[in-house]
Amino acid sequence: MVAGLQEEITFTRPASLAETVTHYCPGCTHGVAHRLVAEVIDELGLADKTIGVAPVGCSVFAYNYFNVDFAEAAHGRAPAMATGIKRASPENIVFTYQGDGDLAAIGMAEIMHVAGRGENITTIFINNAIYGMTGGQMAPTTLAGQKTTSSPCGRDVKTMGMPLRMSEILSGMPGAAYVVRRSLHNVKEINKAKKAIRRAFQVQQAGLGFAMVELLSNCPTNWGLAPQESLAWIEDHMLPFYPIGDYKVLPEVEALK
Amino acid sequence: MTKELLKGNEAMAEAAVRAGVEAYFGYPITPQTELLEYMARRLPELNRAFLQAESEVAAINMVYGAACTGKRVMSSSSSPGVSLMMEGLSYIAASEVPCVLVDVMRGGPGLGNIAPSQGDYFQIVKGGGHGDYHPIVLAPATVQEAIDLTYAAFDLAEDYRHLVIVLADGNVGQMMEPAELPPMRPTNGRPRPRWALTGAQGRPKNIISSIYLVPEEEEKFNQKLQDKLALIRQHEVRYHTYELEDAEYVVVAFGTAGRVAQTAVKQARAQGLKVGLFRPISLYPFPEEPLTRLAETARQFLVVEMNAGQMMEDVRLAVNGKAPVKFYGRMGGMVPLPDEVLDEIRRMTADR
Repeated sequence: MVAGLQEEITFTRPASLAETVTHYCPGCTHGVAHRLVAEVIDELGLADKTIGVAPVGCSVFAYNYFNVDFAEAAHGRAPAMATGIKRASPENIVFTYQGDGDLAAIGMAEIMHVAGRGENITTIFINNAIYGMTGGQMAPTTLAGQKTTSSPCGRDVKTMGMPLRMSEILSGMPGAAYVVRRSLHNVKEINKAKKAIRRAFQVQQAGLGFAMVELLSNCPTNWGLAPQESLAWIEDHMLPFYPIGDYKVLPEVEALK
Repeated sequence: MTKELLKGNEAMAEAAVRAGVEAYFGYPITPQTELLEYMARRLPELNRAFLQAESEVAAINMVYGAACTGKRVMSSSSSPGVSLMMEGLSYIAASEVPCVLVDVMRGGPGLGNIAPSQGDYFQIVKGGGHGDYHPIVLAPATVQEAIDLTYAAFDLAEDYRHLVIVLADGNVGQMMEPAELPPMRPTNGRPRPRWALTGAQGRPKNIISSIYLVPEEEEKFNQKLQDKLALIRQHEVRYHTYELEDAEYVVVAFGTAGRVAQTAVKQARAQGLKVGLFRPISLYPFPEEPLTRLAETARQFLVVEMNAGQMMEDVRLAVNGKAPVKFYGRMGGMVPLPDEVLDEIRRMTADR
């Protein structure tokens, strides 16, 4: 070794992130979101008490990526399952990781009621405006005019309705303590997203109620875009309809360090 | 211990409490609601979890989640509510987490009514949800039996890591009769099972899932599930018999219909008719082998049910053509009277 030059490792895999071959498509931001959650679990020292609940959708195998206990829910039922876990075992930290079809379509009742009850769980909500796993069908969050395999001429809001803004909707629920929207389309926003995820777990640690971080995400495969283009698409098309912002932050949450 | 006058639904609730249930999730539906209401009062005073869910869909998935922690959990409902639970029940069976469900059956199909029925036999005994599974199904005919079976259900669920359903009907749930409650079991000190989700402290992570994308692996899991069901069929058959020793005619009925049939058999005996009662208590595993043995000597069978003949199919499979199997049923929330069953018995014995 040359004198004065020392190798220093500055970037490592978080201990809570498992070493596994990814099943996600090239350029998909699920990997980023997984890493952020794992970093937060590590930093807050929660690995040995966390229980994750995976959804049905592209992240159905989320449990393969984390070194924490995990349950695999039925489609849309992750919030109910998380409720059962948390009520039976309140000493655990419980989070759901759900996509837009899972949370905003088939699981709408369950997410509304965990927010209504102020269930002490954390939800990571991946909004990429499409059904990924089944091959690109329209989601409740699909933008007006957006083409999908089940809205081939573009989402016609007259017959298919307007997309649902879940953070705005859930912020109106009395038991919601912390509901924010962030984006994963560039490094600056990713850093902000991580801070929000950290806050959402701290809300649960403090027992303040329901916490959700919505993450605007991409789907290069089903959007038919290259990874780089898909990130630009988030910025150009999703951000105007889904503004980044804090939709509900209880004063007690503001007071958290 | 002494007998008390107890209502079926409340008695099953207290039996579950004494068996050590640690979390209950449910949704109001007649004729089961007293069970939920009882839990709403009782569990918080014991520092255990009670939650009224937003739907039966949510309730069973809460049970699924809580069961993943290795604690004793249950729900209760009635026919239309249990229909809504089928998705969750299939996941629970496939994830091999133990839990208990009480179904207090009412008249159907559809919204039906709130009167006693046995119309859920197919849905409960044959699996109900998607895929190849059967729950362990226990059918009480009295409040005492409802207590005893609910109490035993939790151990069975844990022994086999399987779903146990107490299949009562509105009559068992609603009636009051003297019965004795079992002793209170402590909930503390029961170690959490190795497979449970408790936080990966000092061990590799636990995963509870029902997805096997590779067909070979899914088939392997299915085989394991079938092996477990075979073990259950071998060890968990329960039934009650009455006056069968010299019986030439056998009445087969479960739950409330079984109780009514027993009165009819008693009356028939008083008239000198050689008839006996076979009352399955475990509907899964179905007491197939004892019925097959009876078919060697019995001249005829009469199945009595509060449905259109659902268990009758299993009786016919067990009898396997060795003797005629007749059927008498009432539907839509109607309960047969002993006289009606006695008439059927007389018709059967006259038909040589």
